[in-house]
Amino acid sequence: MSWLSRFLRSTIGQKIVMAASGLMLVGFVLAHMVGNLQIFIGADALNTYAAMMQGNQGPLWVARLGLLGAIGAHIWSAVKLTIAAKGARPVAYKKRSWFDERYAVRTMRVGGMIVGAFIVFHLLHFTVGYFEGGFQHCADINGVFTCFAYQNVIGGFANPLVGVFYIVAQVFLGLHLTHGVWSMTRTLGFGNPRFDLIARKVAMVVGLIITIGNCSIPVAVMAGYLN
Amino acid sequence: MNLKLHVWRQKGPKDKGRFETYDATDVLEDMSFLEMLDVVNDGLEAEGREPIAFESDCREGICGACGCMINGQPHGHKARTTTCQLHMREFSDGDEIVIEPFRAKAFPVIKDLVVDRSSFDRIIQSGGFITARSGSAPDANAIPVAKVEADRAFDAATCIGCGACVASCPNASAMLFTGAKITHLGLLPQGQPERYLRVDKMVSQMDSEDFGHCGNFGECTLACPKSISLDVIAQMNTDYITAQFKGRDI
Repeated sequence: MSWLSRFLRSTIGQKIVMAASGLMLVGFVLAHMVGNLQIFIGADALNTYAAMMQGNQGPLWVARLGLLGAIGAHIWSAVKLTIAAKGARPVAYKKRSWFDERYAVRTMRVGGMIVGAFIVFHLLHFTVGYFEGGFQHCADINGVFTCFAYQNVIGGFANPLVGVFYIVAQVFLGLHLTHGVWSMTRTLGFGNPRFDLIARKVAMVVGLIITIGNCSIPVAVMAGYLN
Repeated sequence: MNLKLHVWRQKGPKDKGRFETYDATDVLEDMSFLEMLDVVNDGLEAEGREPIAFESDCREGICGACGCMINGQPHGHKARTTTCQLHMREFSDGDEIVIEPFRAKAFPVIKDLVVDRSSFDRIIQSGGFITARSGSAPDANAIPVAKVEADRAFDAATCIGCGACVASCPNASAMLFTGAKITHLGLLPQGQPERYLRVDKMVSQMDSEDFGHCGNFGECTLACPKSISLDVIAQMNTDYITAQFKGRDI
């Protein structure tokens, strides 16, 4: 067996795949949030940003394929490790109590699945425009390449159930990150207590910022602040 | 005090096993948990019934032989304590206590509360050793070891191999145990020749024993009677990554 297949079969190797893909994904999530928050500057700002992205299909698809690869690697390692972990304790305890009751660590798997379902919904919602009748990405208007991201967001949250699903998914994403970002640093070998204290705080802050930042958009639309 | 015990009884490795309920009467608060079980067993034997099988050896918290799940926690709810050092003053009159063996595929039950932990032995055999030096013993101060490293290595070396980390881990992972051995030997000069070969071999052996992975939940370090730090797992990860770069085999 080559060293690479040995590495990819080992539990630590699979955790490293999970951590490295997670690092890519959390980088994207932060950048995506910052880009989206331009909605608070105004319709023009968001639509210009969208036109800049849509006008560069080449780099856009490179980024998309990279992200799909990272999501694939993240899910692959999660499935492999979860199956092995379930097999590692075939007989459950009759009574189980925990020393550590933190919620974030208990919801890594279920939260990950909720976020996964959310990503599929979110792509159908705002990338494909599957759920909206009047959805239009971009168009050539009087010779100017114009995008309608702002209008799509306002229309997209017309149904409050959609907004609620977005908020729930972002809360789980935030919880996932408060444990995941810290755990990632441990897996990638930054176990030094110096880094550890910083990593715990950074993970908390990242989780909070993502949750608050991403929830602010559906909340603002549903509250009528953005229209 | 009087207690009601729900104890896992299993005649042998092939037996399905079941919980049975026993009354432990007139338990003194100065008894250790194992002494309480001894008294219950005396009663069972007097009635001609099979006593509860459990492991014990030193009964002073240093050998790692004893250990079972007590009310859902390995070695009971008291931190930094083995089952033999858990005293009945930690319980109250009328308590119901659920006593189960450590559960993991790699720790098959032999009888009642006794599990086979030879998977740990095989992990040690795969790499938990150093190059033996022949000849006379070197001077104690001939090999300098930094105080910081000596302390970290010693902390990792206090692992008694009881298996509480595996028992408490939601994934039944043995990484706290394996990480402790890798940290203990990997930080000292004597452990350097095999350092990166060791981590590769011990992790391979650990995986082949069907232990789960580490999710950094940290339950193991809280359940560990020796409080082995989660840092040993990060150290193992660091060494494992380094081993991938150091290795020359394709």
